[in-house]
Amino acid sequence: MAELLLEILSEEIPARMQARAAQELRRLVTERLTGAGLAFSQARAFVTPRRLALVVDGLPKRQPDAVEEKKGPRLDAPVRAIEGFLKGHGLASIDAAEVRETDKGTFYFAVKRVKGQASAKVLPGVIAESIQALSWPKSMRWGETRFAWVRPLHGVLAVFDGRRLAGALELGNGAVLTFGNTTRGHRFLKPGKFRVTGFADYEAKLEQAKVILDPAKRRAAILKQARQKAARAKLELPDDPALLDEVTGLVEWPVVLLGRIEERFMDLPPEVLTTAMRAHQKYLALTDKDGNLAPRFLVVANMESADKGKAIAAGNERVLRARLADARFFWDQDRKQSLAARTPRLGDIVFHAKLGSLDEKIDRVQALAVEIAGYVPGADKDRVRSAARLAKADLVTGMVGEFPELQGIMGRYYALADGEHPEVADAIAEHYAPQGPGDACPGAPVSVAVALADKIDTLAAFFRIDEKPTGSRDPFALRRAALGVIRLIVENQVRLPLRRVVESAKGLIDHTLLKRGSQASLSRTVPGWGEIDTTVLAVLDFFADRLKVALRERGVRHDLIAAVFALGGEDDLVRLLARVEALGAFLGTDDGGHLLVAHQRAANIVRIEEKRDKTRYESADLSNGKLVQVEEKRLAIRIFNSESDAQEALAREDFTGAMAALANLRGPVDDFFDKVTVNTEDPDLRANRLRLLARIGETLNQVADFSKIEG
Amino acid sequence: MILKLQDYWAERGCIILQPYDMEMGAGTFHPATALRALGPEPWRCAYVQPSRRPSDGRYGENPNRLQHYYQFQVLLKPSPPDSQEVYLGSLKAIGLDPRKHDIRFVEDDWESPTLGAWGLGWEVWCDGMEVSQFTYFQQVGGIDCDPVSVEFTYGLERLAMYVQGVESIFDLDWDGVPKHNGGKTYGDVFLQAEREFSAYNFELANTETLMRHFADAEAECAKLLAAAPPASVPLPLPAYDQCMKASHLFNLLDARGVISVTERQAYIGRVRALAKACCEAWIESRRVSAPPAAQAAK
Repeated sequence: MAELLLEILSEEIPARMQARAAQELRRLVTERLTGAGLAFSQARAFVTPRRLALVVDGLPKRQPDAVEEKKGPRLDAPVRAIEGFLKGHGLASIDAAEVRETDKGTFYFAVKRVKGQASAKVLPGVIAESIQALSWPKSMRWGETRFAWVRPLHGVLAVFDGRRLAGALELGNGAVLTFGNTTRGHRFLKPGKFRVTGFADYEAKLEQAKVILDPAKRRAAILKQARQKAARAKLELPDDPALLDEVTGLVEWPVVLLGRIEERFMDLPPEVLTTAMRAHQKYLALTDKDGNLAPRFLVVANMESADKGKAIAAGNERVLRARLADARFFWDQDRKQSLAARTPRLGDIVFHAKLGSLDEKIDRVQALAVEIAGYVPGADKDRVRSAARLAKADLVTGMVGEFPELQGIMGRYYALADGEHPEVADAIAEHYAPQGPGDACPGAPVSVAVALADKIDTLAAFFRIDEKPTGSRDPFALRRAALGVIRLIVENQVRLPLRRVVESAKGLIDHTLLKRGSQASLSRTVPGWGEIDTTVLAVLDFFADRLKVALRERGVRHDLIAAVFALGGEDDLVRLLARVEALGAFLGTDDGGHLLVAHQRAANIVRIEEKRDKTRYESADLSNGKLVQVEEKRLAIRIFNSESDAQEALAREDFTGAMAALANLRGPVDDFFDKVTVNTEDPDLRANRLRLLARIGETLNQVADFSKIEG
Repeated sequence: MILKLQDYWAERGCIILQPYDMEMGAGTFHPATALRALGPEPWRCAYVQPSRRPSDGRYGENPNRLQHYYQFQVLLKPSPPDSQEVYLGSLKAIGLDPRKHDIRFVEDDWESPTLGAWGLGWEVWCDGMEVSQFTYFQQVGGIDCDPVSVEFTYGLERLAMYVQGVESIFDLDWDGVPKHNGGKTYGDVFLQAEREFSAYNFELANTETLMRHFADAEAECAKLLAAAPPASVPLPLPAYDQCMKASHLFNLLDARGVISVTERQAYIGRVRALAKACCEAWIESRRVSAPPAAQAAK
């Protein structure tokens, strides 16, 4: 058994692409190894900013011998067919072919025994092909070569069983990169070349050459040093796994250094400080014990210097100082003009070419938010109106121009500086939320109203101009917006009549479109909804789809969802979910499970008999006078009672009560099936009993479409 | 610093040029980069270029922003295998020893929508500060670069601030002469210009005149490329001057805030169309007139 070590040395690979590239290299090489009949015990990939590495253990030194068999013509086939077969497979005479019996007769076979090659002969091709097949999000050419890679390539180290593999990578235009058994260390600390004989040797020598190969080890080293620095400064290091991953991809030899932030910047909003540190400079922020930002930061350098990083830390402090001076300039300038005075400039920002400016969007959002406020308990309409008007005004401030990540957040600060009500300020900050499953969902009434209005306007607007998401394409993040609406409604239990609100949104958009001379809209008649505008219907269907996905992700059974959605015409998501929940609970009970079985039995009988008789058994034609047996009479009475009880409960939105009313059917239904023969001789009695069975289904279907539920 | 960079790059085969005498947003627009990056002929050059970015003006009140500043620009075509090493050597030449600082190559893809150009590369950071752009050109004027050139752009003011250890551009020591002996700072030389040009760029430039000039430059550019009488052949170099002029006029209009987002795209598209036509004409002209050595290099 032998080991293959591969390293691709290049110029600096963007941090965000590294992890995927390492996995991709592993996949490409191992697939080809398997294809070449080379089994292995394990394959591990590593990546640093300058190198992709792969080690494959337990490879054989030779490919196993292989036998290739090709079936030829029958023994009694025409001579020409047999000659063609011999020629096609390079057989000298008919004696070279084997004769074999199969279930379909006797055939000639061409059998070729292929001797396995030395692995060292096969591997160079595997490696070259894998490198060529590796794709990057963006790749480039360099010099006079034709080859495309993420950045210029400098070397391919390929060592098998301790020895360099003879091979090369064609770069085009006559350039080749010959495989070697040497690599280089850290760009500045140990730039020299050295030779390696295998993975253990490679990893150890790299470490001596100031390169930690394994990203997991680099990450752990950064975390350890960062915690030490923080502890020494008596500060806390907040968790930031994404930033930690990113800096891991920016260094080969991490050295964590502590820097200071001047006190004069500490009165800037903390979000400004962290954005300047984190997004732009990749610095780790530190806090005191109470979670307040401390005037210190950590920078992860890729360098050990003679002065123990003094000059490096000072340089980084200076850069941060310049950035914060910029931020201070914007902070002071921006507060000289109120947000309200800025809103006209939103007219210069295009929301979408067909949908007008942001100013026009804000007009719509404002009107819609005030309407929605009527359904959000505690939402003050005047504050909703102000918050909607000011929601996007910070987009035309200097600070958000410089730090776009701070949209909304700066709006809150500036609104408070303008003396706006805190609820208004919070709503400005929160109206973009929730942006993803991990994002907190606003709960303050004014925020909820504005957040809903902004998202519903966006959805209705893009559906109105037929810019719906397709497949994986969702350029306007409409799926995220719909999920945001669902979360806002569900988590705050907002009883929002979605149809009416989407109709209002669509009406407001029509007004925008009309100013641009756009076409009229269409409507159609749909079961459950009646006559409905096609845009509104598409938006409601989109909500339904997203809700189904969200429920499935929460582990709710898809058939329960289908059973409730099949009722149609429901646009109150809170009610809809209560129904799904009650149904799930009901089916979990003994009564529920039993009733489901009874429903299926009844429905099956009715369906079979309807098909045989080519007629429909309508429960409306049920005749009480033709109920003769005591069990069928009892069942009919119980259905009547359960139905009215269930209806009453439904009117109170007491779905559990409605299900309980249905549960009362269980005994009489069981008795009916035990004692009553449906297919009796008397055709009238038989038809009536079938109608009674149909009635059971209808009764249950008031609560959910039981036919969609899988037993 | 400029002298050291010029010496360093001259030793590495670059011809040393002087600034182009037109307003441009970046040293890349200089024909010695934008046009010479195209076609098969090898080319190495280095030069200082004043850059004008009207919307970056801050009335001299921001210590890090200017509407007029200097770039040192290097183009190596084809890009040599040791591009990173020679670049790092230039930092050393101006006193930034990579063994004392933390030099990093941080992903930064470059794109100039008006030039129809893009490339991949990095911002080069020195202790967290961006000191250069490092770009392998892939396309200029929408045309594939073959061979590929590498471009290094140094922000001279920023480097000087670093080397001198000052916090504001305007405090940069210009001449090394003490203040009391009549020494001059960057502020002494440029602060008034920053204030006046910021006012002009943001408030006073006559937008109707600018739009008219833009249309004139556009028409002139097209005429010079059309090879219609009285010119018998296309003249890509004068045409490209008009293209640069149009680009700067667009930047001024943009700073004046009179271009909406949609119009902005349209303007960019118009400048790009000019750039593309100039680049095509340039390649064609070199194909016809290039010296035999360049022909052979194909």
